Amino acid sequence: MDQQTCSPAVVTPAEPRIMKNKPVKISARNVKVFYGDKQAIYDLSIDIPDRAVSSFIGPSGCGKSTFLRCINRMNDTIESCRVSGEIEIDGKSIYDPSIDVVELRARVGMVFQKPNPFPKSIYENVAYGPRIHGLAGSRRELDEIVTRSLKRAGLFDEVKDRLDETGTGLSGGQQQRLCIARAIAVDPEVILMDEPCSALDPIATARIEELIDELRGNYCIIIVTHSMQQAARVSQLTAFFHLGRLIEVGDTDEVFTNPQEKRTQDYITGRFG
Amino acid sequence: MAATDAPRVPDQPRRVDWQSRAMLSRRRRRYAAEWRLKTYGLCAIVLAIGLLAVLVGSLMATGYKAFTQSMVTVEISLDPARIDRNDVFNANWRAMVREGLAAAMPGLAKSEERDYFAMFTASAHFLVRDRVVARPDLIGQTAEYTLPLSDPLDQFNKGEIRRDTPPEQRRVNDRQIAWFDALVEKGLITRPFNTGLFVNADSRFPELAGLAGAISGSFWTLLVCFLISFPTGIAAAIYLEEFAPRGKATDFIEVNINNLAAVPSVVFGLLALAVFLGVFGLPRSAPLVGGMTLALMTLPTIIIVTRNALKSVPASIREAALGIGASKHEAILHHILPLAMPTILTGTIIGLAQALGEAAPLLLIGMNAFITSPPAGIMDPATALPTQIFIWADSPERGFMARTSAAILVLLGFLIVMNAIAIFLRQRFERRW
Repeated sequence: MDQQTCSPAVVTPAEPRIMKNKPVKISARNVKVFYGDKQAIYDLSIDIPDRAVSSFIGPSGCGKSTFLRCINRMNDTIESCRVSGEIEIDGKSIYDPSIDVVELRARVGMVFQKPNPFPKSIYENVAYGPRIHGLAGSRRELDEIVTRSLKRAGLFDEVKDRLDETGTGLSGGQQQRLCIARAIAVDPEVILMDEPCSALDPIATARIEELIDELRGNYCIIIVTHSMQQAARVSQLTAFFHLGRLIEVGDTDEVFTNPQEKRTQDYITGRFG
Repeated sequence: MAATDAPRVPDQPRRVDWQSRAMLSRRRRRYAAEWRLKTYGLCAIVLAIGLLAVLVGSLMATGYKAFTQSMVTVEISLDPARIDRNDVFNANWRAMVREGLAAAMPGLAKSEERDYFAMFTASAHFLVRDRVVARPDLIGQTAEYTLPLSDPLDQFNKGEIRRDTPPEQRRVNDRQIAWFDALVEKGLITRPFNTGLFVNADSRFPELAGLAGAISGSFWTLLVCFLISFPTGIAAAIYLEEFAPRGKATDFIEVNINNLAAVPSVVFGLLALAVFLGVFGLPRSAPLVGGMTLALMTLPTIIIVTRNALKSVPASIREAALGIGASKHEAILHHILPLAMPTILTGTIIGLAQALGEAAPLLLIGMNAFITSPPAGIMDPATALPTQIFIWADSPERGFMARTSAAILVLLGFLIVMNAIAIFLRQRFERRW
């Protein structure tokens, strides 16, 4: 019913403060996504800052995960999925035919909703990316990358004595940090996180949130979350999606304390969703 | 929030009387239905196990005697003067062996010799010869040789031919029985485990016929079948599952593969006869052709199993690999295929077990020939276990009856071993996500 009142999307009321002192990393213009005949995203335009955490919030089925998966073209794997419009990273269109998906996905890492380590050793999990991309010249270099990635993901101290044990034997929170280490190991510029804490308990969640905060200085991080508190805690920019449209985007504190749109306000105060 | 202060509907708190008669009998009926379902299942399993027990039991009953063989042990002296060391093969083995056999029964009249020697396998001198060829130091020595009795005496020893049968209705005459008793008296007759059943190839004489040719024929055939159907099946399945665009053409292929899996095996035999033998002119009775034919039959099974195995690898593994920039083939070869492999192997072994038991297609390409030496490779003429069973079941000699059952038991043994390996692999490598 909402789709019918198809007024031109009310998007950004004013430029968010964060965009003034951070360069734009990802910029999307008029993105439309279709699954077969069903449109999942309508005319979405957004700028995402580098070296900051941006969060996408909104009720289930609002298109936030779909849009996230457009950024590393994971949607390519879904046969019925069509994407139109422009998505640029550092000013280069990622849907350009000259773009190599393998390279793109190495530059844009992803952490999934459910921790999905490979059923291999912890070491192999982290080493896999660098190995296929040929990032390490020698075994020693590879060891270094693995150690560094695990340290950055805050997992190294817990697993340093059992790197050859299987990754699926870790606890849920450790598995998710292993997945983050695996993503960092290929040295991406962007890390996409699709509800990374939804399968974790509050303590593991807090640990991941800390980690996201630490990683903020080096990466452009986008996190999709159902937890408004999480969005408020970890992100600097918040975008609110509803029924396939971007309703509002702004500095996180602005969106949560002074939302411009009624639907945003209703959602963050828990009136629907 | 809004839901909590909704007005209460007046007739809402209707209490159900769970203890009422109607409710009680309703629950009883539901429990009874559950009990019936369980009982039907139990009955079906009892029936299945019962039928299996009848099958194996009757095979055992007729076949167990074929696992032993009546033998006679006689001393044979090999005079070096009668054996040319450079031409061991052409010495007069028949005479030397007959002298040894006759020595065990002193006072044998010339006219009785024919009946007497018929008690022992007609190939006795070949057996002695082969033993000496393998051990030339036996020349010049007098040693004990254990030789099979001929089939009628073997059957007599095993009680299949009975003493009280009128002499004209049995293949053992009274004189032979008397000699046999005398040999038993001297302790020369033994009935050890029938190793010949496993080390000999086929023979016209039941006492010498064995499964070695059929077992190695089946081995070569299955090897060819595996080498063709396993890689081809996996490659086809990977393409269909991971690369093929969804559409009419793919659906058509899929329907046809499923149909192929249900085509009667004899049809594949006819196809092989027409194409492999007729068009390509490949040799008759060769394990190569047998394996190719069985591969046609096994291929659809392997494709279907592999596709299901690939499908059952969770999408999260594929996403994890693609998400860090693995290309599609890396995701498949490094992650999806290895995880699917235990299931694929299990399915393959079960498919091969099916192929092992297939007789019909092999009959059509001539793998039911009478072949007296095991094949040394995939181009030699050979039989296979099921076709050997077919040949023996067709033979009139009494001894082949028990051997047919024994061969079936051996085939079942191989099938059980293969299926056990499949189950072991499944349990050992099965992953829980």
